[in-house]
Amino acid sequence: MEYLFAAYAVIWTVIFGYTLMLGKRQKELEQEVFLLRKSLEGKQ
Amino acid sequence: MFNKILGWLTFIITMTALYLVFMWVPNERIMGPVQKIFYFHVSSAWIGFFAFLVVFIAGLAYLFTRDNKWDTIGVSSAQIGVMFTTIVLITGPIWAKPSWNTWWTWDPRLTTTLVLWFLYLAYLMIRSSIHEEEKKARFSAIFGIIAFIDVPIVWFSIRWWRTIHPVVVDSSGFAMSPKMFTTLMVSLLAFTFLYFYLLTNTMKLEKMRAEVAGLKERLRNS
Repeated sequence: MEYLFAAYAVIWTVIFGYTLMLGKRQKELEQEVFLLRKSLEGKQ
Repeated sequence: MFNKILGWLTFIITMTALYLVFMWVPNERIMGPVQKIFYFHVSSAWIGFFAFLVVFIAGLAYLFTRDNKWDTIGVSSAQIGVMFTTIVLITGPIWAKPSWNTWWTWDPRLTTTLVLWFLYLAYLMIRSSIHEEEKKARFSAIFGIIAFIDVPIVWFSIRWWRTIHPVVVDSSGFAMSPKMFTTLMVSLLAFTFLYFYLLTNTMKLEKMRAEVAGLKERLRNS
């Protein structure tokens, strides 16, 4: 039974880890886009 | 909106699959409850193959059209394929230990799957080291097409060589009871929906990454 638990724990940890990483990266990139646009507007 | 609906559908089907695995399908007679790893292990492997097929098709489409959309699809699918293959390579040994009394053996199916994982990991690593966008996309397309050769090798490895890995699909069809077959199909459907949900979100991220690169370029030139 512990093997079954370990396997399913791994499956959902990997999937949730990937999803969380996507969300985190998306927020960082949104922030970066905002700052870059602001700098561009400032230069123009 | 589409992404939200897809997310909810993925959640509902995944919950159904988990219910079938843990509450509905009976334990396998010889292996007992540990055999239930099978449903999501096999689904992960098949979705991994499907993700790499998408990389292959996107690679061909990019080389013919030079449209960056195909590069975005290819790299997004490669990331998800690596994730599902990682699940396969971890859950496989967890299942192998109680069944074969070893975590790992250099069996043809296991070895070719490990090679597949290394190939697409290399695809992502090499890609991240190229800075010129056109060169990156062209190189990725060619690499994705060549790397796909390993997918049929993984699939046929249990037929071509002597192996201890179980054969799920043989010439007479699926070697399992109707309840097991239904559970496997629902698990596969759940991971198919999960694949498309993750693909949509990863593509969004890749597009933003390209936008950041474009804005940086504009800022340098202004």
